Amino acid sequence: MCYAIPAKILEINGETAKVDYGGVMKNVNICLLESLKIGDYILIHAGFAIEKLDKKSADETLQLIKEMLHLSEQDSSNA
Amino acid sequence: MDEEHILKDHIHAIQKIAEDIGKNITIMEICGGHTNIILKYGIRDILPENIHLISGPGCPVCVSSQYDIDCMIELANQHIPIATYGDMLRVPGSKYSLDDIRAKHGNVFEIYSTTEVLDLQKKYPNIVFFGIGFETTAPMTTYLIEHDVMVYSVHKLVPPAMNILLQGLVNIDGFINPGHVSTIIGTHAYKDITVPQVITGFTAERILRGIRILVELIRNNENTVVNGYPEAVTEQGNKKAQTLLAKHFSIVDSEWRGLGFLPKSGLEVKKDTLNAKIKYAHLLEKVPLPKKTKCRCGDILKGLIKPEECPLYRKVCTPDNPQGACMVSEEGSCAISYRYGK
Repeated sequence: MCYAIPAKILEINGETAKVDYGGVMKNVNICLLESLKIGDYILIHAGFAIEKLDKKSADETLQLIKEMLHLSEQDSSNA
Repeated sequence: MDEEHILKDHIHAIQKIAEDIGKNITIMEICGGHTNIILKYGIRDILPENIHLISGPGCPVCVSSQYDIDCMIELANQHIPIATYGDMLRVPGSKYSLDDIRAKHGNVFEIYSTTEVLDLQKKYPNIVFFGIGFETTAPMTTYLIEHDVMVYSVHKLVPPAMNILLQGLVNIDGFINPGHVSTIIGTHAYKDITVPQVITGFTAERILRGIRILVELIRNNENTVVNGYPEAVTEQGNKKAQTLLAKHFSIVDSEWRGLGFLPKSGLEVKKDTLNAKIKYAHLLEKVPLPKKTKCRCGDILKGLIKPEECPLYRKVCTPDNPQGACMVSEEGSCAISYRYGK
């Protein structure tokens, strides 16, 4: 139940979107999100989109976390 | 770095930090999805000896009280059409399960998404939906309330439970917070919880990375929440979902299996005419309080014992013959331990 699946929006019809996740096409309800566009990536849980996957800012933050871990590793080895 | 090197890097770093810490520490994960990855990849077994990783009440079916389950089953037994997520079907009630009632009367319908309930409602206008789940799943129930479907809600909230666990019998030094609950509620929802926390994604690497960050926070005495799942979790969370939750649910005291009644930890349907507990009060008042059994789900959910320490585990209680919710639900600690050979 906790699992959520990322998918790409192919079509939008009112509060339903047709999405593609890894080649499987499915209709999901998008009433929990706003301003979605075709081509957006979303996270699906129990048939509803719960978050827009912001790939760019996620990549940047993940890079920051990597650097943070690298720095802290240097700290421990210098200590 | 390739995947193997990254994993080794995390493990090496965790070992160094564990040495710095020296004493025993306990971290708790509270997400059935995380429990599954942790057991599947044997993550507990590769952590240093002084870092104890325990599972908490991360499975919403498991934490539903036996009384609520008996009530839900009684409504089904009274021929009221019921729609439910699949993993509730085989949870044992005091007498029967929903699956038994389905076989007997045919009025219990399994759904994957609440959108399917609207189709069922056309055929069965008085259908009742069992709203089980944490903040990830409660918004899907609001969709039904908006469409005038009656609901029996046992939805629960994670942050209040985390605070209660911190006052409990097990000393918890940090939490691995649930992934998709956090997508809905945002990282800001955890700010009053006074131990370090990390939110992680759902791969072995992400969880190991999360543990690495968490033990470092513990070592440094930093009571903060680190978002290790930024692609799916923001500080504010899903505002629209939160608005729907506030519109359709009141926050109430709620009974959690193993934890008792926790203040302000559950969601109750606001609209009386769509609240099955009110509509069918005359049927539900006949449901007796459940008798005590040897099932130790409650202690497992608090992190006091592991599934292997329950006297019924594997001897009487198996996925084919579950004695409690922790063995039935896909996210239950016992089901997961059994699946991975513990």
